[in-house]
Amino acid sequence: MRDISFNKFYRKFNILSLVLILISLVFLIFKGLNYGVDFKGGTLIELRTTDKTNNISLIRDSFSQMNLGDVSVKKFGNETDFIVKFEKQNSNDPEFIKNIQNKLSSSIGGVDFRRVENVGPKVSSELLKSGIIAISLSLAAMLLYIWIRFEWQFSLGAILAIFHDVIITLGIFSIFSLEINLSIVAAVLTIVGYSMNDTVVIFDRVRENLRKFSDIKIFELTNISINETLSRTIITSVTTLLALSSIYLFGGEILKGFSLAMILGVIFGTYSSIYIANPILVALNVSQRTIVKEEKD
Amino acid sequence: MLYFSKLRIISVIVFTVIFSYFAFSNFVKFDDKFFSKNINLGLDLQGGSYLLLEIDNRPVITQKLQAKIIELKRYFKEKQITLKNFSLKGDTILFETTDNEIENVKNILNDKESDVNTYYPTYKSHEFDVLEDGNLFTLNYSRYGLVLLKNSSLDQAIEIVRRRVDEIGTNEPNILKRGNDRILVELPGLDDPNRIKSLLGKTANLTFQFISQNNEESFGTEKLSFEDGSRDAIVSKRIILSGDNLVDAKPTMNSQTNETVVSFSLDRVGAKKFGKATSTGVGKQLAIVLDGKIISAPSVREPIIGGSGQISGDFTFQSATDLALLLRSGALPAPLNIIEERTVGPDLGQDSIDAGILSLFIGFLLVILFMIYKYRAFGLIANLALVSNLFLLIGILTLFEATLTLPGIAGIILTVGMAVDANVLIFERIKEETKNEKNPIIAFDAGYTKSRTTILDANITTLIAAFILFFMGSGPVKGFSVTLGVGILTTLFSVYFIARLLTSLYVVKNKDKEQLL
Repeated sequence: MRDISFNKFYRKFNILSLVLILISLVFLIFKGLNYGVDFKGGTLIELRTTDKTNNISLIRDSFSQMNLGDVSVKKFGNETDFIVKFEKQNSNDPEFIKNIQNKLSSSIGGVDFRRVENVGPKVSSELLKSGIIAISLSLAAMLLYIWIRFEWQFSLGAILAIFHDVIITLGIFSIFSLEINLSIVAAVLTIVGYSMNDTVVIFDRVRENLRKFSDIKIFELTNISINETLSRTIITSVTTLLALSSIYLFGGEILKGFSLAMILGVIFGTYSSIYIANPILVALNVSQRTIVKEEKD
Repeated sequence: MLYFSKLRIISVIVFTVIFSYFAFSNFVKFDDKFFSKNINLGLDLQGGSYLLLEIDNRPVITQKLQAKIIELKRYFKEKQITLKNFSLKGDTILFETTDNEIENVKNILNDKESDVNTYYPTYKSHEFDVLEDGNLFTLNYSRYGLVLLKNSSLDQAIEIVRRRVDEIGTNEPNILKRGNDRILVELPGLDDPNRIKSLLGKTANLTFQFISQNNEESFGTEKLSFEDGSRDAIVSKRIILSGDNLVDAKPTMNSQTNETVVSFSLDRVGAKKFGKATSTGVGKQLAIVLDGKIISAPSVREPIIGGSGQISGDFTFQSATDLALLLRSGALPAPLNIIEERTVGPDLGQDSIDAGILSLFIGFLLVILFMIYKYRAFGLIANLALVSNLFLLIGILTLFEATLTLPGIAGIILTVGMAVDANVLIFERIKEETKNEKNPIIAFDAGYTKSRTTILDANITTLIAAFILFFMGSGPVKGFSVTLGVGILTTLFSVYFIARLLTSLYVVKNKDKEQLL
């Protein structure tokens, strides 16, 4: 077992975390998130052109002429693959996509629509609502579970750690204007689960050590517990990150955002179980009495 | 914790083998019906279309309210109660009565046995909410009246949608109700959704109405335009015949004009009506109206009494086929709007499968190599558990014929990464225990026992997340939650049965060696 004084840096890292959270919040509030068609409504088309000379500006020009509102065109993996997004979606006209395809073929030559997503405003606001509900619900469920299994101080520590991870991950998505879609919600929920998982392992050890040692202060005790579980924390993070990087690098363009969110979440989740969850136990002055009292009840 | 009875060993092996067998049945063709199950591929992997349709009930409501007004007029007339000044404002029926009839009308409308305002005992509500202010009555659909109306129009619409989709003949379409005004249509393997979209987007209300020469029609007239937009015509509101009376329709070639036409045949009632109308209307132009647009308006040369006829119009063979299909499958009770569409082409689906399998393979390999590097012999045990975990997971998904989506594959890879966590927790704990305990069997036993609650806690939290995703998520995301959730269960099984069995065999055999882990 290594012996690293994690607790020496509690304060410094807490300040860092606070700064990161503040930056994230500022971006989330003032810049906001780059919602994809799932949550904003509109149309997404992934297309492949047969003519390799087609470039982004050519495709953008062709789309701009069609009067579809704000159009964004991005390369998507291959040289010939593009993602086109625009505001307009037309639920009353079943020929909408067909017409676009016809117009496009006449202006840039052979084009294959590999994927089309067309989401109306009602559906997108419902999806956004259910996404927010899902995340809130999972936070509430985690809070409840951990409250049943541990004492409230632990519960607070774990939840704050999760908030930290989710806010910073979303903050990074906001800063770099990465797209938020349904799969990012799934990723955030998984991050919530993972971060919790990581925190619980350390907390279990803290509780065990609290029972064992009555004379060690919580400040020291958290450090001992972190060190005792450190190799597990590292190994699990490494294997999870290995799997996730494999998805990121080889899983295709569609899973890029999803796996990136998860990679960020795992990194921050691991960090926060050490540097957010534990300092909170210290701040709340958890002692042997905290858990002994609980067990008498 | 390390002891296994013979029975237990056998059941673990049998269980693992059965599920691995299911997993393999995806790749190998077994003759056995029971064992040759397959994981369903989601639309994002096999390609296809997901359409969410919303029914626009406003026209139905207006129609029903208009019919209600006629019914009320007739009903109270029979009872010799005078009602006057009927009007329809938005979704509200208004009428007045004389002062001495107020009580009487009120009682009739609020009676639980009422003939004109149906009472639903299950909902404890009438079809209409009745309000009166002096002699002015207002009728509005009650909450349940509206729910029932929407349900019945949705049921009708779903039936028509099913017929239309079936006529096109895609493989295994999935048509489901969503709430009380939406229909979900999943069309796996469909190459081009445009045709089905335009078919579902049409109400297909067909009527035959005479073109009016003068404005003396007792039914009133309306101005309708031709489908090609070339001109308008004044049409009598009297409906000679509607699509309801059609029993069959098919595209044919008219041998005289060499045009593609849609020929139809009528049921007995329709044939009678049509015969009567055409015999009185020889020389008139009969407009064939579809969804408020005139397709064509041929002149009636002679009475049509055989109960069959032809619709001409500038049809291509394709458009005649589609019109015939629409007429055969019947009219929708109300227009449908496509409010969400997700279509994935088959080659993108295949690309996603390839990328998914490649990343699964690489992720798996990386984790396996890392575990061997970290734990040597025990890494091998953890890896064996991991492999069987993967088989179990795929086996269970196959057994339940779950739908695998692209995020679902990501869920499997994530499971691979996280599954070793439990074994790592155990191994690390054993390492700690070995420091104070020389007897490896006791140390291993303690390692398993002491890490158990932690492992359960850690996995239950992820399971909670998976559960919530399952109930809140849709489509591909749901697929992710399924693999994540099932993955946790198979992980626990592989850790506590397979890995523990292997560990105990290994430890008992090598108990005299120094430093096992």
